[in-house]
This record gives sequence, structure tokens and C-alpha cells, in this order.
Amino acid sequence: MTGMQAAPAVPGTPLLELRDVGKTFGSVVALDGISTSVRAGEVTCVLGDNGAGKSTLIKILAGVHRPDRGELLLDGQPASFGAPRDALDAGIATVYQDLAMIPLMAIWRNFFLGSEPTTGWGPFRRFDRTLARETTRRELAAMGIDIRDPDQPVGTLSGGERQSVAIARAVHRGARVLILDEPTSALGVRQAGVVLRYIARARDRGLGVVFITHNPHHAHPVGDRFLLLNRGRSMGSYAKGEVTREELTRLMAGGGELDELAHELERPE
Amino acid sequence: MFRSPRGVANWLDPSSTLGIMAVAVALLMIGGHFDLSAGVMTGTTALAVGIVAGEFGQNIWLAIGVALVVALAVGFLNGWLVTRTGLPSFIITLGTFLMLQGINLGLTKLFTGTVTAGGIAHAPGYDAAEAIFASRITIGGAQIRIAVLWWVLATVVASYVLLRTRFGNWIFATGGDDVAARNVGVPARRTTIVLFLTTATAAWFVGTTLAVRFTNVQANAGIGQELIYIVAAVIGGCLLTGGFGSAVGASLGALIFGMTQLGIVYLNWEADWFYFFLGAMLLLAVLANRLVRRYAEAARR
Repeated sequence: MTGMQAAPAVPGTPLLELRDVGKTFGSVVALDGISTSVRAGEVTCVLGDNGAGKSTLIKILAGVHRPDRGELLLDGQPASFGAPRDALDAGIATVYQDLAMIPLMAIWRNFFLGSEPTTGWGPFRRFDRTLARETTRRELAAMGIDIRDPDQPVGTLSGGERQSVAIARAVHRGARVLILDEPTSALGVRQAGVVLRYIARARDRGLGVVFITHNPHHAHPVGDRFLLLNRGRSMGSYAKGEVTREELTRLMAGGGELDELAHELERPE
Repeated sequence: MFRSPRGVANWLDPSSTLGIMAVAVALLMIGGHFDLSAGVMTGTTALAVGIVAGEFGQNIWLAIGVALVVALAVGFLNGWLVTRTGLPSFIITLGTFLMLQGINLGLTKLFTGTVTAGGIAHAPGYDAAEAIFASRITIGGAQIRIAVLWWVLATVVASYVLLRTRFGNWIFATGGDDVAARNVGVPARRTTIVLFLTTATAAWFVGTTLAVRFTNVQANAGIGQELIYIVAAVIGGCLLTGGFGSAVGASLGALIFGMTQLGIVYLNWEADWFYFFLGAMLLLAVLANRLVRRYAEAARR
């Protein structure tokens, strides 16, 4: 299941590319004119405030929604996902905020949830627990995650550890593109740092990462390109080095809006 | 007396039929659902055997087959409604429970003119059915009901499925968080439906056992038992919220139930106190469960 890191047809072709994509729900334009790309071994950060259209963008990439306008290219070829399963089969794994982990279940049971390895045949086909435990331990170690005991329930892990296990699981299941939905939003500074390190680790293993966040301080150190969203529209797309953290922060808050706010909050003289 | 082979055989008897149900109900509870129709369904299947074999004089295996079809149909209806509507299984199976209660009484009266279906012992094939469902075997000088063996087998099979198979993993996941489970590819709907079919099959087995053992069945058989199954499963460590529990625990719950029921008799106490003890054990078990859950979910966020 791990050997899916197929090289793109033409070197330098993005794994996943959006061209002028838009999505409308009834009379509400959720996304309009969005273009970006995800390349192997790179992190594409999608930044935006609440209601900027980040969730809609994730859902288009994950195959939950179909775009109404524009094109989605997979390895340079136009693609269309009818269901999350299609995206998953194409190697696009999404780690949602709820992580799709069951708190009361052991780490190794969660790690293989929905794709359990089996051994034996006929009525004696059973969950290969030894293999599952060993693989979990090995895969987590490969991501640099130190788990005391794969038998402990996921509920006993910290938020950062849970994120990391979810990321390791997606990597193990053969993801080429990893979409992370606000993986650092509920975490403290140190825990967020741990998760950012795993994002870098996944990138180094040759995955294309889409990192969705509203925190420029988390995005800037790890991102290779930045897409800024505001009310469903792109506020600019930047490569690393074209933009500083301060500029990102300013752009995210709507540029002038933040200056206005600062002005408003000043003490009257 | 209580610990003599005969005494053991005595309290294993009520534990066994309860235990078979408690194990199936425990699987369903781990999967996140309740089946309030499970108790009355033992009556429905027993009555089906009684009416087809006793009243119509058909071969008893045909009657048992009819009962199985009826049970699976009800189980499928429960599972299908729960997964289709997303309504709490508590309400949906309460509905089927009441409907079955009415059907049991109505159809029994319609076919027999009374509120019992009997004469099962005269049906063709009864001896073979008795050997499988209601015979006794002698172990250590005591005659043990064969249902005890089926109970042990049910516990072993259920534990194996829960802990050693993919389906077991899906049961825990569906009960723990069905949306999350579906997001990673667990067929949560199918799992739920299969679990409802399992409680229905267990109800069929127990109903058939009762019909063959007593050879006549009252139209109100099984009513009220559904809560006892849940009590046994909870005493055995199943969480009411789903996602946690064991088949062995449910069997132990059933064993405690049988020991208490007969123990009170052996102690020459008033049998009325039985429900007091049952309730007290339930409360204790729920408090203990809460500690387990706290431990497991105490995240260092």
C-alpha cells in the first residue's frame, strides 16, 4: 500500500492543479477564480479567515464537492472526482479536523481502520493483529513519532500526537497528496511545532501537502507557496521568498482592514 | 447447595438463554445501538414455532425456519430504519417492540383462539429439535441444559469476531464515532444492519429453545426481557454510548444475573428483592464504566 509514489508523467508537473475553479451554492458564491498547484515535495498553504472558502476548497480537492467552474488537473490530466473514494484512490488523502479517529480504540486499531490487513482464508480470515501492531509501530517511528505503546487508546494521546498519528496513517495508506484541515488550530505553541515538524517530514518523503490554516505564523516557516483566500476569492498567490510573515498577516486580515482596526482601537488623545 | 453440581446447573439455566441474548445485545451496544424489540422477538419466534408446528401440525423444522425468516425480517427492518433515518435506535426499536407485542397477541388469538400456542411436542421432527435445543447433558453428576453449551459457544464466537476480525474493528468504530468511521472507509451502515440481524438471530435461537423446551408458548412471552439483556451487557462493561464493551463481560453479567436470581431463593429470602439487587448492580456497573471512560478519554490536550 505504500508504493504509490508514482512519478508524474512530465517532471515538474504538479500532482494536483486547480485552474480558475469556482463553486456556487444557490445564490452564494463560495469560491471563484481560484488557481493553485500542489507539487511533490512541496507544501502549499491555503490561508484565510473564517468564511474565506477554505472548507469548500478542501471539499473540492477531497472529492466531496464538484467544482461548478474551472478545471481540476491530476498529474496534468483533467480529472473529476464523483466521491471522496475517487480522490482517495487517486492518492489524495484528507486529514479532517475531527481526524476520523475513535478515541476509545487502540492506536493500531485506528491506524488500520477501514483497511485492516487480514490473514487466513474463508471463515478463518481474520484481522492480522501482529502485522497491524508492528506496522503501526514502524510507521510512527519512521515519522519520528514516539508512541509508548500502540495498544493505548487514541483518547489518551495529546492533540498534537493525534494529528501526527492521523498524518502517519494517511502517508502509510499511499497518499501522494496530503490535505490537512487546520491541523494546528486547536493546539498550543509546542504541540503546533510538533505537527509542523511532521508536515515537513511528510514533505521530505516526497508528498505534496496542502496545509490549510488561518495562522500565518504556522504557514510561513513550512510553506513553499501561499494562496490567500478572502470571501471565496483569491487575494494573491505567492511563492516562498516573495512574501514575509508580516505581509502574510496583513494580507490575511484584509490588509487595510487591520490598519483601520488598529486605528480604531487606539486610545483617544 | 448453591455450589453443588446440581445447584450450579440450576443457576446456569436462566443465565444461559439470557447470556446468548446479552452477548448479541452487547455487540449491538458496542456498535452504538439498542434493540428494545429483542425481548419480545424471542416471544414472536417462539409463537411462530408454536403456531406453525403446534396449530398447523407442520414439521417443526419448517416452523423453526419460518421463525428465522420472521426474525431476520424484523431485524433488517430495525437496522434499515435506523441507518436510513438516523433516528435513535431506542425510539425505532421501541416502535417495533410495541408492534410485535400487538402482533404476538393478535395473531396468536387469531390462529389458536386462545393466548397460548401449544402442542409443539406432537409436531413431526420434534425429537431431533429437542436434542439440539432442549436436551440435557450430564457433566460431573449434574444435568446441564444444552443451552449452556450454546451460550459458551456464542460467547467464544462473539469474542473472536469482536477482537480478531475486521468486522469487530468496524463494530467498535461504528459505535465510537460512525461519521469518523465512514470517513476512513468503514461500511458503518452495513455493520449496523448486520448487528441488528445478529440480535434478531439470537432472539430466534432463544425463542426456539423456549418453544421446544416448554412445548407451549404464552402470547406475552419475552416482554420486559429486553431491558434485562441491556442490564447484563452494562454490568459486563458495555458503555451506553457505544464503542466499548466485551462479549465475555456480557456473559459474566448474565451469569451474575442467574446467580443472584437463584441465590436469593437458596438464601430463603423473598424473591421480590431480586430486582432491588439487579438495580443496585446496574448502578454500580454504570459508575465503574464512567471511570473506565474517563481514563480512556482523559486526553492531555
